[in-house]
Amino acid sequence: MAAVAMAAACGRLALRGAAARPSRCFSFSGCRSSRDGETAKFQPPPKPVIIDKQKQKEERRYLSPEFIPPRGRTDPLKFYMERKDMIQRRKVFNIPEFYVGSILAVTTADPHADGKTKRFVGICIQRGGKGLGATFVLRNVIEDQGVEICYELYSPRIQEIQVLKLEKRLDDNLLYLRDALPEYSTFDVNMKPESRLDHEEIPVNKLQVRMKPKPWSKRWERPKYNIKGIKFELPEKKMKAAQKWSQPWLEFDMLREYDTSKIEEKIWKEINEELK
Amino acid sequence: MLEDLGAVLHPGVEFPAGTQYTQVRNGTPAVLPADEGCGVTARELNRSCLGILAAAGSGCGTRIQMALLNRQLGFSLTHLSSAVIQRHFSITRACQAIQKLTRVRVVDNSALGNTPYHRPPKCIHVYNKTGVGKVGDTILLAIKGEKKKALIVGHKMPGPCMTPRFDSNNVVLIEDNGNPIGTRIKTPIPYTLRQKGEFSKVLAIARNFV
Repeated sequence: MAAVAMAAACGRLALRGAAARPSRCFSFSGCRSSRDGETAKFQPPPKPVIIDKQKQKEERRYLSPEFIPPRGRTDPLKFYMERKDMIQRRKVFNIPEFYVGSILAVTTADPHADGKTKRFVGICIQRGGKGLGATFVLRNVIEDQGVEICYELYSPRIQEIQVLKLEKRLDDNLLYLRDALPEYSTFDVNMKPESRLDHEEIPVNKLQVRMKPKPWSKRWERPKYNIKGIKFELPEKKMKAAQKWSQPWLEFDMLREYDTSKIEEKIWKEINEELK
Repeated sequence: MLEDLGAVLHPGVEFPAGTQYTQVRNGTPAVLPADEGCGVTARELNRSCLGILAAAGSGCGTRIQMALLNRQLGFSLTHLSSAVIQRHFSITRACQAIQKLTRVRVVDNSALGNTPYHRPPKCIHVYNKTGVGKVGDTILLAIKGEKKKALIVGHKMPGPCMTPRFDSNNVVLIEDNGNPIGTRIKTPIPYTLRQKGEFSKVLAIARNFV
């Protein structure tokens, strides 16, 4: 390859020389000097592709939580049919991977909006529902007014879901942001999407949020909500009093166990085959 | 008689945590500390007039009232005289859309809505078949001692999917013919208001839409 390049370079130099002295001209088989006086384009050698075999092995699997069927006595055929419809929709429309705590921008079709579409940017505070009725709630503070919109993931009215910042938080459920200081729920509407590499781990934002003074909409200090993302500035006495409502036997309750690992494996295989 | 004692049994009112329940023993009221519990369930007492006992400090306590309570409950409470019934009972909250006596927030820049007053503006009537107002309904507001009509532009109650839910009950003051009193609305307004044609003037002064 290097030799050909050298030859091409020599050919080009020779051409230039030939242009000055038209009597002497000679061509090489490699270079394209046959075009009348035009210099042949220098083709740089292709860059070597570095295959990082270590990183290729860690294949990250992400199964959207609405695929996992809830525990119950419903016929699995119902969930199978729903999954088929969900896969059909995903083939046509890209629903990206996101978690509670990521910042999304959603464009929906609205007959009453300017230009028939409306765009809303916000942080995902909750993901609920299973199957086709799966929803997610986005929250933002616009002009000192907190606004929350609940969108259905598989609704045909949604035209685009763009993840501006993909990250996780310490909790599954950020409903306490309603009682937190408004700065924690404010996000720029014209935020640029953050780029990230595919194989990196999803960053966990360990932010501890400061709250407005009590009363709150729910008593977030109670162990039932198990919230780790709040910086409680309550007196020790109140924190201890809240522990009165703890139910330490719940984690040992075997009837509440729902092991989804095998179900997830099956569903993952099913979906991967379809969506490839 | 219940009203004399100041008992409030109206739903939507939550008894503050740590209310002292006065217990009657031989005619003299005795306010006992809140930490002791007793075997009687809150629900049973709730259904009856626990409200009598829950009047914070106001003079309740004769044997007659105790006897009345006993008759209604069907058993005697006197044996529980040593323990105090302290229950945090939960009463269902009123629906979060706007109805009578809801305190609202006026979001336009009218003088009436923005000048401070010692009482918050409250809804006194909803122009609707049901008494519950949602986005786009007209209500009658009592502000600064006067009555004014207003248009609901957002409420705390979650509505249908894709519609915004606001963190406060927002309202815009209007005249009887539908003309807004203010000249600018800074807070975001939902697009669904465009459906009804009579609010075009209100939408014209709105700056942000959601």
